[in-house]
Amino acid sequence: MFSYVIRRFGSALPTLFIVITLSFFMIRLAPGGPFDLQRPLDPLIMQHLKHAYHFDEPLWKQYLLYLNNLAHFDLGPSFTRRDFSVLDLFRTGLPVSIELGGFALLIALVVGSILGAFAALKQNSWNDYGVVALATLGITIPTFVIAPLLSLVFGVMLDWLPAGGWGGGDFSHVILPVVTLALPQIGIIARLTRGATIEALRSNHVRTARAYGLPSFVVVGVHAMRAAILPVVSYLGPTAAALLTGSVVVETIFGVPGIGRYFVQGALGRDYTLVMGTVIVVAVFVIVFNLIVDILYALLDPRVRFD
Amino acid sequence: MKRTIGTTFASVMVLSLMMAGVASAETVYNRGNDTDPTTLDIDKTTTVAEANLSRDLYEGLVVYDANAKVVPGVAKSWDVSDDGKTYTFHLRDDAKWSNGDPVKASDFVFAFRRLENPKTAATYANIQYVIKNAEAVNKGDMPPEKLGVKAIDDHTLEIDLENPTPYFLELLTHQTALPLHQKSVEKYGSDFTKPGNLVTDGAYKLKSFTPNEKIVMVKNDNYYDADNVQIDTVNYIPFEDRSACLRRFQANEVQSCSDIPAEQIDYMKKNLGDQVHIAPYLGTYYLPIDVREKKLSDPRVRKAISLVIDRQFLADEIWRGTMLPGYSMVPPGIGNYFDPVYIESKGKDLFDREDEAKKLLKEAGVQPGDLTVELRYNTSENHKNTMTAVADMLKNIGIKAKLVEMEGTGYFDYLKSGAKYDIARAGWIGDYSDPQNFLFLFKSQNDGFNYPHWKNQKYDQLMQKASTMQDLHARSKVLSQAEQLLLSKMPIIPVMYYSSRSLVSKNLKGWKDNIQNVHITRYMSIEK
Repeated sequence: MFSYVIRRFGSALPTLFIVITLSFFMIRLAPGGPFDLQRPLDPLIMQHLKHAYHFDEPLWKQYLLYLNNLAHFDLGPSFTRRDFSVLDLFRTGLPVSIELGGFALLIALVVGSILGAFAALKQNSWNDYGVVALATLGITIPTFVIAPLLSLVFGVMLDWLPAGGWGGGDFSHVILPVVTLALPQIGIIARLTRGATIEALRSNHVRTARAYGLPSFVVVGVHAMRAAILPVVSYLGPTAAALLTGSVVVETIFGVPGIGRYFVQGALGRDYTLVMGTVIVVAVFVIVFNLIVDILYALLDPRVRFD
Repeated sequence: MKRTIGTTFASVMVLSLMMAGVASAETVYNRGNDTDPTTLDIDKTTTVAEANLSRDLYEGLVVYDANAKVVPGVAKSWDVSDDGKTYTFHLRDDAKWSNGDPVKASDFVFAFRRLENPKTAATYANIQYVIKNAEAVNKGDMPPEKLGVKAIDDHTLEIDLENPTPYFLELLTHQTALPLHQKSVEKYGSDFTKPGNLVTDGAYKLKSFTPNEKIVMVKNDNYYDADNVQIDTVNYIPFEDRSACLRRFQANEVQSCSDIPAEQIDYMKKNLGDQVHIAPYLGTYYLPIDVREKKLSDPRVRKAISLVIDRQFLADEIWRGTMLPGYSMVPPGIGNYFDPVYIESKGKDLFDREDEAKKLLKEAGVQPGDLTVELRYNTSENHKNTMTAVADMLKNIGIKAKLVEMEGTGYFDYLKSGAKYDIARAGWIGDYSDPQNFLFLFKSQNDGFNYPHWKNQKYDQLMQKASTMQDLHARSKVLSQAEQLLLSKMPIIPVMYYSSRSLVSKNLKGWKDNIQNVHITRYMSIEK
């Protein structure tokens, strides 16, 4: 397994390099630059600024400079938040996004898989229909509707929880954004688990287990669930990467200082280094979580081997 | 007995200490701001949100009072030479930096030199080009030491100007005219703005800055007027989502919002009453027209377009009363302008205006249905609705209009680049209360700002003439002539005046609506 992990990381590096190169040149294709504000700058001042940030150099030189800095773990200065380096921004923002996304993921996984398994065991009953209907609702209502609604109901009308803000990540401030993020995931995971459990209950090895006369909880809990969890695990890879790197909608509406907004803020403000930094962070998360999924797969499914 | 007295005494002491604790409970002001600042380095800031922060952290030679009138700040008084070109400021003896150092004239000299030094790459260096040699220094033609700002002694500062500039004191309220603590800037370099490093001379000092969450400022005990500063902590919270601010305002989590979700204005007026503040603001929403385009090069055609625009409708219906109908480039209520002028059609009936517009088009040889124009705007629901309404109004005189939407940064880059367009939208918020700050936009040589690419020698001459005049009334007349010329040739169509839109809690006292939309925290207090 160890050599497998090493090989996978080895093949991830060229992927990362291609991602970095493509996004470096693509963001430069967008019209305007980080200093093109609604209020135009004097041409002379623009020249000073471009010089200060090496924008007056040819693009290939800027690219090499960026790669060189990157090799020294320097993601460069942010142009839209000039009191911070891109690394500074991630250092303060990433833990927030991980806290938020981590809780949401955990809740979604626990609640979603329990609901899904429950529905599968009660297939075609009212309980089943209820879960499916709820799950569909969770998936279809977008977060930009749920988030203000929760804030309005629990923050303004009932005054039970803060309507927004992060408050250093204390419990009361975390609840609403976590619930908002978790709801659609609960829906998706419940549906995935339900489908996979139904299929697993009909599979040969579960039938064999039943034929052996094993108790029902062992048949379902060990043999069926182990197979049923596989599609959920493969779904979790990219989802975990997405949740842990923040959500622009939830962070904007609740005022959460994570990194989810940086991609959009960076792209709109032509903050090249911030966009690049976000792309790299997201890419690394995706690569790592896909690897974790593959390892889990091999551990869970005896048919899959590391080679 | 003795012991009892002792115990009683102790209890009284404890009780009074507790009472004192209650009485001096910290006052916190959660203040909604438009966005986070690009930086806290005042020389590199441009936005209103940044100006708000700098006004609490720093104090310049002069400051705005609660009504946005210029009053003494670090300078307790000043003299102006007869030719209006030399200002001598006498600094207060008790002005101190947040670390206890005295604020000296040399701190201003240092700050102005840094601003104009090309190495600083200050975004707003040109606003202070009125100072002698500033432009030459900023261009790198002269060393910063040649700048017309010098410290006569620790408490006397002399500033020489290129021309008599009647709005110079206004200019000194801008963040580019604030002092900097030389020692800390030199010691920390680009890190001087970090919490713990930043030394400021205003009523507040920086405690922390968490991007996308808040900037915390605490009262600066070394500030000369600290005894009268009533709010202990200000949390500046950025709200890109205006509705989020509204919700937190309703939940009593913030005491003011710097902007409101205009689409919910009816709801807010109904539910929040006079906590919704809408006040005239120093800004104009206008439509630049590319006069290089042959089809729009005739002023009669541009005038016809202006005539059929129903400004009242745009302001009242599209913007739900959060804008005011605009009939001039220079907004009303501005300082140093005694002879305001307006477009001819102001006050005329819409049907008469349509007839007049049709006549003008006929004179210009434009047949109904012949002319198709593109209305270009940057992404925003309100701009889109505005342009849709304008397109509809143009239909009434047989002009066809197409809408072209562009994303923000690309849009302004496009307008500046000199690329061709027909009709666009733009807004200008004044940096200082003087008509020059609106009229200079359309000088022939002003490439970055003159979106219409309009060149008029007479206009340039009038602007040049005004720039050398000292008599405010005579100067105002000349500027009026310039605006009259602008409005008669109409390279731009003024459409609306901006208004400032804020939510202000009834518990927040001392907030006064003013045309600059400046609200300095030290004039405010919070009622429990």
